[in-house]
Amino acid sequence: MSDAPAMTSMNLALEGRAAALLPLTVRDLVLRVDRATVLDGVNLDLGASGCTMIMGANGAGKSLLLKLLHGLMPPTSGQIRWGDHAPSAVTARQALVFQKPVLLRRSVAANIDFALKARGKDMARREALLDHVGLSHKADQPARLLSGGEAQRLALARALATDPEVLFLDEPTASLDPASVLAIERIVSEARGRGVRIIFVTHDIGQARRMADDVVFLHRGRVAEHTAAASFFPEPHSDAARNYLSGTIVV
Amino acid sequence: MGEALGLAVGLVLSGDADLLQIVLLSLRVSLTATAIACLVGLLIGALVAIGRFRGRNAVLILMNALMGLPPVVVGLLVYLHLSRSGPLGFLGLLYTPTAMIIAQAILITPIIAALSRQVLEDLHAEYAEQFRSLCLTRWQTVQALLWDARYSLLTVGLAGFGRAVAEVGAVIIVGGNIDHLTRVMTTAIALETSRGDLALALALGIILLVIALGVNAAVQAVRMTAARQAYV
Ligand SMILES: Nc1ncnc2c1ncn2[C@@H]1O[C@H](COP(=O)(O)OP(=O)(O)O)[C@@H](O)[C@H]1O
Ligand SMILES: [Mg+2]
Repeated sequence: MSDAPAMTSMNLALEGRAAALLPLTVRDLVLRVDRATVLDGVNLDLGASGCTMIMGANGAGKSLLLKLLHGLMPPTSGQIRWGDHAPSAVTARQALVFQKPVLLRRSVAANIDFALKARGKDMARREALLDHVGLSHKADQPARLLSGGEAQRLALARALATDPEVLFLDEPTASLDPASVLAIERIVSEARGRGVRIIFVTHDIGQARRMADDVVFLHRGRVAEHTAAASFFPEPHSDAARNYLSGTIVV
Repeated sequence: MGEALGLAVGLVLSGDADLLQIVLLSLRVSLTATAIACLVGLLIGALVAIGRFRGRNAVLILMNALMGLPPVVVGLLVYLHLSRSGPLGFLGLLYTPTAMIIAQAILITPIIAALSRQVLEDLHAEYAEQFRSLCLTRWQTVQALLWDARYSLLTVGLAGFGRAVAEVGAVIIVGGNIDHLTRVMTTAIALETSRGDLALALALGIILLVIALGVNAAVQAVRMTAARQAYV
């Protein structure tokens, strides 16, 4: 995790903004979907900066947890607080990149414009955003004809267009080739470097090692452990995480 | 029959002035009615598609039921409103093209609404979470859905136009099939057939078919181009 740097006034402004959203506290979070208990008492505290990786087996509840944190749906019970705010009150200060990018039936450029316009941002930033994710040369092409990696980079650019203070990523690189994975990771790392709080769901242990400051391991709707990356990978505390890590290495 | 067909083709090719007037009025009435029905029907379709309200199922059933409105019934209702003793009689619209536009618009608005509701609801299922993440307002959501479904909605509009231009029961009641004033293709065909002027009836029938085929082909071509860009 980053040590406190000497703060310039700009840093102060950014920290001041982020300070309003973080820390995140989650208490006794329960979510039932169709009578099935998907999240069963999640407790979690996330600090002001860095990249938190959320891991866990398929069906552990990672995607639904992200949606709750982002304020897209209400929990059955329990509490989520971003600083003093309820999630749905701060959705507009966050962005979420879905596993399967939901691209509009428009050009690449128009997909960026859509997000800029929706959040009332400066439309002139489109060029810079496309350039940032290496899609300038595709600006006029239909978004839905992009390759998987390009589509996800566009989704990421669209998320960044909204100037999020928190960026959620839900398995954004599943089914991408290694070069595309690294391209996505570079962009996310760059955002993290600018002070964007990253909350990243992945199944890719290599990716988690490369990106994580800390790891939250979900198991059967609960947090099995929340550990700094440096100690999670060599020696996870929970049986669930240990089995998961060794299982994935064996397979 | 063969003789009538020959005469009909001759009429079409000669660009007969009366014939042209009938065709143009038909197009003006039905295109205007379609435009109005799209304005209203797409808005209703979109709001029902994204809306979650009590009685929504009843609204869906009603919309589907109204798709099958019999034209003569619509004609009769519009007639009752526009006739001199009716509530809107003072407008003096009975037996004018405007009355025909009103009747056709009422007839096809439920078609546009019901078909677009289905299209937009499917699209919304795909976009809803992304839109919520972007904090779109309801109006922004409606706009985005209408634009992204534009090529599917073209087909919906075509279905409405097809029904309007081919319809005879409503326009004959409120328009009266007055020569040079409210005579359109379908009412002329009905009249000329009953009068035994099969050539004119057939000529109009041919034109009606060609218009239907032409518009369908054009929409199909646009859709195929759009599909190549994954915009459908
Ligand atoms: N809309 C839904 N309706 C019913 N069950 C759901 C729905 N979404 C997810 N679930 C169930 O909730 C559990 C957790 O889902 P999810 O959060 O997507 O898991 P993952 O950790 O793989 O992202 C799974 O068992 C899934 O089947
Ligand atoms: Mg998931």
